[in-house]
Amino acid sequence: MAKIKGAVLVDTERCKGCDICVQACPYDVLALSKTFNTKGYAFSYMLHPDQCIGCASCGLVCPDGCIQVFKVKE
Amino acid sequence: MSNPIIDPKNLVYEKSKVLSDNTMHYCPGCSHGTAHRIIAEVIEEMDRQKETVGVAPVGCAVFIYNYLNVDFAEAAHGRAPALATAIKRLNPEKLVFTYQGDGDLAAIGTAETIHACNRGENIAIIFINNGIYGMTGGQMAPTTLEGMVSSTCPNGRDVAIHGHPLKITEMLALLEGTCYVTRQSVHTAASVRKTKRAVRKAFENSLQGKGTSIVEIVSTCNSGWKMTPHQANLWMEENMFPYYPLGDLKDK
Repeated sequence: MAKIKGAVLVDTERCKGCDICVQACPYDVLALSKTFNTKGYAFSYMLHPDQCIGCASCGLVCPDGCIQVFKVKE
Repeated sequence: MSNPIIDPKNLVYEKSKVLSDNTMHYCPGCSHGTAHRIIAEVIEEMDRQKETVGVAPVGCAVFIYNYLNVDFAEAAHGRAPALATAIKRLNPEKLVFTYQGDGDLAAIGTAETIHACNRGENIAIIFINNGIYGMTGGQMAPTTLEGMVSSTCPNGRDVAIHGHPLKITEMLALLEGTCYVTRQSVHTAASVRKTKRAVRKAFENSLQGKGTSIVEIVSTCNSGWKMTPHQANLWMEENMFPYYPLGDLKDK
C-alpha cells in the first residue's frame, strides 16, 4: 500500500499561536514554538514532521488561514 | 525549503483567494476567522466573487470587509437584514448575505431579523452565537446561558432577573418565509466541513429564490469567556451544545 506523507507550511507572521491546530492534529505533529514572531506570538510548527499524513485538519480549523498543507504518495 | 514535500504541485489545502492577506484583528482562536474562511471558500467554489454583496454587522465582525474580497455594505446596528432586503430586491441576480453576531441579530436587530425572515427575503443569514457581547467587553447578551458569567452578570445569569436565553433560531424556523434553518459549529475539522456544506446550501437557496436561509454557528469568545481557545472549545461542547443543539432545524 502506498504510504502517504504530508507536510504543513505555517505563515509564522500571520499565526497568533491559538493552539487550535495543535489540538486538532490527530497525529500530534504540531506544537507551538519556543520563539516568537514579530507580534510576540509563539507560532505553530511541525515538531514531528515524519508523522504528518496531510489530512488538513489543522488547516480546516485555523481561524487565521495561515496553514498550507501538502501531501504525496510514496 | 528543506522539506521536499513542500512543493506547489503537492498542495492540498490553502486559504481561499477570496480571503484577503490582511491579518485579522480578532483575538487568537476566535471562531470569526474560521467562519470568514468558510464563507470565502464557498464563494470561491461557487465562482461568485464578483456577484456577491455581503452586509456587515456591528460587533467584532464590523471589519469583515477588510478580510473578504467581495462587495460589502455596512448596516446600522442590527439592521443588516433590512439593508440586505433592499440590496437583494434591487439586484436580484446577486448573492446577498448578512453576517451577524448574537448582539446584532438577537438583541438590537430582533425585529429586522424576524420580519426579513417572515417576508421570506432571498438572503442568507450567517449568525455567530457566542453567548456574549464580545466587542464591547463581554457583557450579557440575550443568548447568554443560565448561570454563565459575564461582565454584567458576574454571579451568572439569573433567569428570575434576566430572563431565559433566547433561542432565536428555533423562533425563525417557525416562520413560513424561511426555507433552511440550521445550527452548526466550527471547533473541529469535521464541524468545519459540515458548516461549509450548510453555508453552500444557504447561498444556493438564496440564488434559487427559495426564501431566507439561516446558518447559526455556535462559537466561542475565549477572551470574553476568560479561557484559552482550547478550553473555550471544550466549554462550548459541554455547556452550549446541550442548550443550542447542532443540526438542521428546517429544510424545505
